[in-house]
Amino acid sequence: MSIAENTATVARRGFTSPLYKILKGLIAGLFSIAITMVGLLFVTFIIARVMPVDPVLAVVGERASQEIYEAAYKAMGLDQPLYVQFMLFLKQVAMGDFGMSTLTARPVVEDIARVFPATLELATLATIAGVGIGVPMGVLAAVNEGRWPDQLIRLVGLFGYSMPIFWFGLMGLLIFYGILGWVSGPGRIDIYYEDIVPVVSGMILIDSLIAGEIEIFWNAVSHIILPASILGYYSIAYISRMTRSFMLEQFSQEYITTARVKGVSETAVIWRHALPNVMIPLITVIALSYANLLEGSVLTEIIFSWPGLGNYITNALLSADMNAVLGGTVVVGAIFVGLNLFSDFMYKVVDPRAR
Amino acid sequence: MTTAPVKSNVPDRAGLKAWLSSDAPTSRGHARAVQFYMGWMKLYENKLAFLGFLIILSLVLMAIFAPLLATTEPNAQDLAKRLTAPGVDGHLLGTDELGRDIWSRLVYGSRITLLIVGIVAFTAPVFGLLIGTVAGYLGGWVDQALMRLVDIFLAFPKLILALAFVAALGAGIESAIIAISLTAWPPYARIARAETLTIRNADYISAVRLQGAGVMHIIIGHVWPLCLSSIIVRVTLDMAGIILTAAGLGFLGLGAQPPEPEWGAMISAGRKFILDHWWVAAMPGMAIFIVSLGFNLLGDGLRDILDPKKSQS
Amino acid sequence: MQFKRSLLSLALAASVAMPISGAIISEAGAATPPNMLIIAGRIDDLISLDPQEMFEFSGSDMANNIYDKLVDLDPSDLSKGYQPGLAESWEISEDGRTFTFKMREGIKFHSGNPVTAKDAEFSLRRAVAMKKTPSFIVTQFGFTAENMEDTIKAVDANTFQITTDKKYAPSFVLNCFTAAIASIVDSELVKSNEVDGDWGNGWLKTNSAGSGAFKLQNWKPNESYSLTAVPGYWRGEVAMKRVIVRHVMESASQRLMLEKGDVDVARHLSPEDITAISTNEDLKVEDTLRGRLMYISFNQKDKALSHPKVAEALKYLVDYKGMTGSFLKGQYTIQQAFLPQTYMGELKDTPFSLNVEKAKELLDQAGYADGFDVEFIVRNATERVEIAQSLQNTFAQAGIRASITQGTGKQILGRYRARDFQIYVGAWGPDYPDPHTNADTFANNPDNSDEGKHVGKLAWRNAYPATELTKLTDLAVQESDREKRARMYVQAQKTFQKEAPFAVMFQKIEQNSMRANVTGFNPGGAVTAVYYWPVKK
Repeated sequence: MSIAENTATVARRGFTSPLYKILKGLIAGLFSIAITMVGLLFVTFIIARVMPVDPVLAVVGERASQEIYEAAYKAMGLDQPLYVQFMLFLKQVAMGDFGMSTLTARPVVEDIARVFPATLELATLATIAGVGIGVPMGVLAAVNEGRWPDQLIRLVGLFGYSMPIFWFGLMGLLIFYGILGWVSGPGRIDIYYEDIVPVVSGMILIDSLIAGEIEIFWNAVSHIILPASILGYYSIAYISRMTRSFMLEQFSQEYITTARVKGVSETAVIWRHALPNVMIPLITVIALSYANLLEGSVLTEIIFSWPGLGNYITNALLSADMNAVLGGTVVVGAIFVGLNLFSDFMYKVVDPRAR
Repeated sequence: MTTAPVKSNVPDRAGLKAWLSSDAPTSRGHARAVQFYMGWMKLYENKLAFLGFLIILSLVLMAIFAPLLATTEPNAQDLAKRLTAPGVDGHLLGTDELGRDIWSRLVYGSRITLLIVGIVAFTAPVFGLLIGTVAGYLGGWVDQALMRLVDIFLAFPKLILALAFVAALGAGIESAIIAISLTAWPPYARIARAETLTIRNADYISAVRLQGAGVMHIIIGHVWPLCLSSIIVRVTLDMAGIILTAAGLGFLGLGAQPPEPEWGAMISAGRKFILDHWWVAAMPGMAIFIVSLGFNLLGDGLRDILDPKKSQS
Repeated sequence: MQFKRSLLSLALAASVAMPISGAIISEAGAATPPNMLIIAGRIDDLISLDPQEMFEFSGSDMANNIYDKLVDLDPSDLSKGYQPGLAESWEISEDGRTFTFKMREGIKFHSGNPVTAKDAEFSLRRAVAMKKTPSFIVTQFGFTAENMEDTIKAVDANTFQITTDKKYAPSFVLNCFTAAIASIVDSELVKSNEVDGDWGNGWLKTNSAGSGAFKLQNWKPNESYSLTAVPGYWRGEVAMKRVIVRHVMESASQRLMLEKGDVDVARHLSPEDITAISTNEDLKVEDTLRGRLMYISFNQKDKALSHPKVAEALKYLVDYKGMTGSFLKGQYTIQQAFLPQTYMGELKDTPFSLNVEKAKELLDQAGYADGFDVEFIVRNATERVEIAQSLQNTFAQAGIRASITQGTGKQILGRYRARDFQIYVGAWGPDYPDPHTNADTFANNPDNSDEGKHVGKLAWRNAYPATELTKLTDLAVQESDREKRARMYVQAQKTFQKEAPFAVMFQKIEQNSMRANVTGFNPGGAVTAVYYWPVKK
C-alpha cells in the first residue's frame, strides 16, 4: 500500500498534471522497491554474519589444519571488514553476479536457475488446484452460509490449516505410493529417465512435451501429483476461505438485493454480478498464496526429495553458504515485492479510497 | 431470595442473566460484562468455535495438571521396552525409540507448546501493534521507514527467517520462541496500520488531541483499543501457524533440545519408524493437529463474532 | 471434485491403514533397466568432485570409480592390501626414502590421452601445491610446494619417482597412496582448464578427468549424480553401463523405493526398516564393517573432566550393550580401541561395560560423589542424538547432570575445534587404510598449548597431551617390520584405553539393502569407498 501512499502525498501537494503524477509515483515506487531489496540483503547479510556457523569449515571440512583453514578464510574474503564485504557483494549483485556457492561449487545464478523451475512447477500446479477447487468451494460455502455445505467446507479448510505438513506428506507417500501404488515416489521423475530430456525451461513437464517424450511427461506427472496435491490442499483451504468471505460481503451490498428484486436468477446473481466484483481482491489473495508457495516449502521438498528453492536456501543457510543464501533471498524478495506491487496496483485500480 | 440488593448494582443469581443481557448498562463495568456475556453466548452458539474453545481449555488443563495425568516421568528411558505398541503394558499411546511413554511425553509437551504459543501470542502482536499504529498515526517519513522495515521482514520466507535467527542464537526453545516472534509481527503491524489510517482523522481522536494529549497517550489509550478486535482474531488464527512453525523447527532439530518432549521434535524422531511403528510419529502429529484445529476453529468463530461487517449481514 | 474425493479417501485410509501398513506395501514389479544400477542414498555431503580436494564420503565413493591410483585395493579381497594399479611394479631404495614406480602401459584416460608418469607427477604435485584439506595425507612425507620439483618427478614417460624426507614404513607410504587424493588425473585435460594458476581446481570441482571404469555424466547437488561406463576399461568390461545415485533423505522413502523396485540399492535404511524388509524374498541385506567409530570425548581443560578417575568413571557409564541391542541394532558393533577392526594392529578388547556402582566409586575417589553438571555437544543427526540421550540417562544414574546441545555439523564442529566444549559426542572415520590415520589423530599431540592449533587432531581438540603415545606413534610409522609395527599399535591402544579422555564406543556396520539380483556390490569395507564396476545384476 506504500505506493498508493506516495501517490496520495503527491496529489495533496496539488500537482495537477496526470503524467507528472504517474511518473512521480513510478519513481517513488521504484525507490521504495530498491530500499526494500537493499534492506532485505542487509538483514540477510547481518544474520548470516552473526550466525555461529563457520562458512570456512563448510568448505574445508572437519580435518582441515589451521594453515589450510586460514588460507580458505582469506580466499573467501572474510578477513575484510564487514561493510567492505557488503559493498563488494552489492556491487556484484548489481552486475547480476551472485558469486560461487561453496556447497555446490558452481555459480549461484546457475544453481537458482536449476532449483527454481522445480519449485515453480510445484507451486504453479498447487495454485491451479487452489484456484480451480478453492474458488468454487468458497462460492458454494457463501451461497449456503451457515448450512451444512458451508460447515463441511469450513471443516475441510481448517483441517488443511491444521495438519503438520511433514506428517501429512509422509503419510501421503506411504498410502498413495507405498500401499496403493497410484503415484510415483520421491523425486521429479524416475531415476532412469534423468538427463534424457534437454533442459529448456527447467520444468520437466514442459521440457518433456517440447522434446515430444510423452512417456516421460506422464512419469513426471505421476511424481508431481502427490506433492502438488498436498501443497494444493493448503492453497485450497486458504483460497476457499477468502472467497467465501469476499462473496458474503458482496451479498450484503445493495446492488445484489436490487438484482434479486428485479428477478435476476440466483445463478446469474452469483456468477455474473457478485463474482466479477470479488475478482480483484481474490487475485491479490491468490497472488500472495502463490508467492508463498514460490518461496519453496522446505518440509515438503525434504520429504519428496524435491530439489527446489526452499531446500536449497535451507541447506545453504545451515552450512553458511552465504552467496547462495543471499542469492536465494534476492529471488524470494523480488517475487514478494513484485507480487506486492501487483496487489497494491490492483487495489488502487478497484478501490477509489486508496487512490 | 426475595430481597433485591438496594445499593449494589451486582444482582442476585436469578437476575444475573438479565443483568448480563441488559441493553441499558448502568456503569462502564456493567457494559463490559454485558459485551463479554454476549460474545460468550455467540461463541457458545457457534458449535465449531465452542469445540475449539474446549480443545484449548483441555490443553491448558493438561499443561497445569501434567504431573497428575502422566503415567511415567516424560524422560524415563527403558530400552528393553522401546517401540511398544499403544495399549500394551500400560502404555496408552505406546513408547518411543528410547522406551519412553509417549502419552506422558505428550502431556508434558503441552507445557512447551503452551509456553511457545503464550509468549509469541503476547510479544508479536504487541510489537506489531506498536509499529503499525505509530506508523499509521504519525504518517510521513516515520511511516515510510517503518513500513519498509515491515516489507523487508515480510519478504522473507517465514521458516527460513526463523531458521536464520535460531541458527544465530543457537538451538533451543528460547531461541525458537524469539525467532518465531520476530517472524510473526509484521502482519500485525500491517493490520494495525490499516486500522489506524481509518480512524486517525476521526473526530474523537481530534478532540483528544485538542485536549493536549501526547502522541503515545493517544496511540495507546485511544487507537490501540480499536485495533484490538481484528488483532485478536488474527492472533487466534495465527496460533496454529505458530505451533506448526515451532514443530517445523523441532523437526529440523533446531527447536527444543532433547530430551525435552517438544511435539515437533517427537515427530522428527519418530519419522524413522513411520512405516512399522507408526504411533511414534503419529501421536505427536495428532496432538499438533488437534491443537491447531482447536485454535483455528476458535479463531474462525471469533472472526464471525467480532467482525462487525459480518454480523450485519 | 475428484481431488476432494481423494483427500477424503486419504483421511480415511490414514486412519484405517496405518496399523498394518508395513505388511501390505504392494509390489509394482517396475524393475530398473538391466544394465543400470540405481541407488538411493544421501549425497548432500558432496561439495567437490576434485579428487585432490574432496574429503567426503560421497566424494570418495565417486572418485573410487572415476579415477585409478598408482596402487589400488582389490575389491574382491580388500584384506590383501595395496596391489598394483596404474603402476605395475615399484622399487624402494636402500635408505627406504625413494620409491620408483613403473607405469602400466597402454592405458588411456576418458579423453583418449595416454596415462603416463607425467600425469602421476602432475596429480601428486597438484595435491601438494593446492593445499586442500586432505593434502596432509601426502604432505606428511615431507613434500612441500618448494621441494616437489625434486621429490615428486617423472623420470621418463614410464617411470615415476617420489622421495620422502625420512624413512617411513613402506606399508604406510603405499597405504596412503590408495587414498582418493592420490588419484591420477588427466594432466593435459586439467591443464587446459586451468584459470589463474588454480591447477584446474575450479573446473575439476564439477567435472571428471580420470581413467577409471566410469566417467561423470552429471552431478546435480543435493539431487543426484550419474556415471557412465567407459568402454574398454583395463580391468575388464563393466556390466553396469550407467550408475545413478539419487539423494533421498528419509529412510522410509528409501525403503519404499527399494520395495517398489524403483531402486536397486538403498544405502541408508534405519535398523527398523532393515528388520522389516528382512522377510522380503526379493530383497537382501549385506553387512559390511566400515571404518567409522562413534566416540565421546572429554575436554581436559575442564576441571572435573580432567580428573583421571572421572574420565575412567564415565567409560563405565555408557550402556554399550543396551544401545547396540536397541536403536543401533545391526548398525554398530562395540569397539573400544581407536583402530577399527580389520585394520593392521586392531585390538578387540572391550574392558568397559555399563557399571554404575564402579563409576560411583571412582567418582567418589575423585571427590565428585555428588556428580557435577556437564554439557554434551552433538550434531543433529538422529543416531547421535539418540546416543546422547542414552548417555544422559546413564550418566544421571551416577549423579552427573548432563544437558544436550545439538546443532548443525558446522556449528558443533566449530566449538569442538575451538576447544570450547565439555563433552563431545561424535564420530571419526579413518582417512586412509593405514593404522597411522587414527593413531595420529587420537594419540598424537606434538604441542598441547592453545597456540599449537593442531585443530585437525582429536587429541589436541580435547587438550589431551598424549605424552607417551606421541612418542610411540611417531616410532611406529617408521617401523618397517610389519609384525612389530602391528604390536606397537596394539600397545598404544591399550595405553589409550586406560588413560585417554576418550570413550570409543562403537564401530559402524553398513547395512546395504538391495534387490536380490544385485551381486558384487562392495561398499569398500573399513578401508576405502564403494566399487560400482564389479556389480552385476
